[in-house]
Amino acid sequence: MSLTIPADGAAPQKNWLEKLGSGHIILAVVLVLYPLVASDFFLTQIGGYSLIFGMLGLSLMMLAGYGGMVSLAQITVGGIAAYAIAILGNNNSNILGFGWPWWLAVPFAVLAAALASTLIGWISVRTEGIYTIMITLAIATATYYFAQQNYAIFNGHSGYAGIRAPAFWGVNWRDPRPFYYLCLGLAVLSYAAVLYGSRSTFGMTLQAIRDNPRRMRALGYHVTAHKVFAWLLAGVIAGFAGVLLVWFNGRVSPGTIGVDAAIDVLIIAVIGGLRHPIGPFLGAVVVVLMQTFAIDIVGAERFNTLIGMVFLVIVFVSPDGILGLWGRIKPQFAQESLRSGP
Amino acid sequence: MRMHRRTLLALAVFTGLTAPSMALAADDTIKIGLLATFEGPFTVLGEDGERGAMTAVAEMNGTVAGKKVEIVKGSSDASPDSAVRAARKLVEQDGVKVLVGPLSGDEGIAVKDYAKTQPNVTFINGTSAAQDTTLRDPADNFFRFSTDGAQWMAGLGTYAFKDKGYKKVATVAEDYSFPYTQVFGFMAEFCKAGGHVPSKSWVPIGNKDFSSVIAAIPEGVDAIYVALGGADAVNFLTQYQQSGGTAPLIGGSITVDQTVLTSKGKLRDVLKGTPSAGPTADTNDSPAWKTFVEAYKKQPGAFPSPSLFAHGYYVDMKATLLGLDKVGGDVSDGGVKLRDALSKLSFDTPTGKVSLDKNRNAIADIFLTEVTEGADGNLMNKLVKVVPQVNQTLGIPEDEFMKLGAVNRDNPSCP
Repeated sequence: MSLTIPADGAAPQKNWLEKLGSGHIILAVVLVLYPLVASDFFLTQIGGYSLIFGMLGLSLMMLAGYGGMVSLAQITVGGIAAYAIAILGNNNSNILGFGWPWWLAVPFAVLAAALASTLIGWISVRTEGIYTIMITLAIATATYYFAQQNYAIFNGHSGYAGIRAPAFWGVNWRDPRPFYYLCLGLAVLSYAAVLYGSRSTFGMTLQAIRDNPRRMRALGYHVTAHKVFAWLLAGVIAGFAGVLLVWFNGRVSPGTIGVDAAIDVLIIAVIGGLRHPIGPFLGAVVVVLMQTFAIDIVGAERFNTLIGMVFLVIVFVSPDGILGLWGRIKPQFAQESLRSGP
Repeated sequence: MRMHRRTLLALAVFTGLTAPSMALAADDTIKIGLLATFEGPFTVLGEDGERGAMTAVAEMNGTVAGKKVEIVKGSSDASPDSAVRAARKLVEQDGVKVLVGPLSGDEGIAVKDYAKTQPNVTFINGTSAAQDTTLRDPADNFFRFSTDGAQWMAGLGTYAFKDKGYKKVATVAEDYSFPYTQVFGFMAEFCKAGGHVPSKSWVPIGNKDFSSVIAAIPEGVDAIYVALGGADAVNFLTQYQQSGGTAPLIGGSITVDQTVLTSKGKLRDVLKGTPSAGPTADTNDSPAWKTFVEAYKKQPGAFPSPSLFAHGYYVDMKATLLGLDKVGGDVSDGGVKLRDALSKLSFDTPTGKVSLDKNRNAIADIFLTEVTEGADGNLMNKLVKVVPQVNQTLGIPEDEFMKLGAVNRDNPSCP
């Protein structure tokens, strides 16, 4: 897997605008102006939901794309943050609910998610490839059944309901537009952090470990420590996504963190593309749109088949997902522009 | 340039997203949302619910008050999250002002909570039968013309104790709000009659291996009360029979439903003679029921006899259409007139008269049944007795009933 950023170290000093890249600027403008044209449903159910699942996909992309560790437990990590918000904050299920204010509950929830992610990483870093997938799947399934059957902490099958996004700074964050911007803000932060991290010393080391762990070990790097630290960082992103998810749904139950949802996150990352942090967000938009509207296209009996077919076609045409698809189309555009030149 | 091109793709994706939604229906059609489980372990149940709802629509020739009825479907997988997500899509994107659904217990409670945030939309239950959907903290715009799971048990506890002579009964039920409600309904009568329930087993939905559950059933119980649905019921009954269990069974409403009775295998012998109670009885020979069965059988893929899901969705959809008919299909006032008409609505269903109480929960006839083999070899529920006009508090005065407490795993108890 190659780096997406051209390694032109000798390039002249760029100003910050050039560093940011025209693509990012246009994308940012579009996303910021999106609420002007979108209905409330498209703001939250499509926009917000895609950004949240994009963040979960991003945490997987970071582990898989830069670290070579494919995890199926990202929704579990997000779910731990979601349950933490339900337990530490307010809910109307008459169980636990310590009533902490959001500014105390959120850091604790994200911390809990990050710690859980570190633990999962610690358990699974000794394995590679398919075995990592198996171990993380086992952890995700075990957590799902634990939540489903534990009544004292997780309230069983019903889970927690009546959780609301907070209102602060004079803004009611559960309204569609503020909630969209909240999701967008956190998604952009995570995206920028991953992009920055991938070019940092740590990111470079991680990618080198992915490509040749034995050589890195021989060079004196602590391979396990680097990998576990990557899990910690991925856990922070998934934790924030989990907090947004519980505010978005207003509830959390074992269904939120089931195996279906875990596989959804993997599908999102794979069909979006694992080569660049923007991939999971593209994948999330496609998956959320498909899951929402497929039933309108082919009716209630066959819509899951259609969803499966679309994913199959994307992965068949381009193993690198939607990003790879673009990589294939682009040269043809370039040829076209040469032909139509003066 | 690389970034720029990639951005164009993103741009294209997002402009596609912003296409304005065509939320408003044309004047001559009425949009009704239909929310059922078309995915997950309860798919078969959801599909039969849809058949029931479509029977009601077909009965009115697809029109109400001179306007065409348009059904917009939403699917959940029986988890509360997915039910709320599907309801949101129907309400906020498709713009339905009337929504019929959902199917299962916890879904109903979740959709009721959602209903509170959409005061201009009218929600009519599907077959969701948890007690607390309407009994505690109800939503003003949520109606249930199908009865709840405790009502469905009316008459069964007394019948098991007095007529069958069972004194000690163990229960095995799924672990969520609807089976809690069923066990509550059964025990309310059974314990009052003098019976004892020494053990209650709660199993997760989708459980495959029941050996530990079977081993935990105490020696010397007179019968086992089973409230499991779909594949879970089939798995439990098969394994219980294979392990040499001989105690007779008492069935929860969905355990001896057509969704289970139509399964093949030795299970059939175990099920024969099982007493149960529910909103329907297959051998009901009232003309209204027979007409309904014939109409139902015209739906594609129908069972030999409609399941209680087909019946529940039928009753709720029928009530919806009758209510809409009363207000001339006019919901432009945010459904105020419609909700007023619905709360006063009383009509004859294939299973007798239905009316609503002050919590907008149905009062209806309940049927005590026993599983028998029909002339054509299909298993069916033989009608034993009709318990007329059961209300949500099972005939107990309301303040006394509320003192029994909310249904859960431990309440009620009579070891």
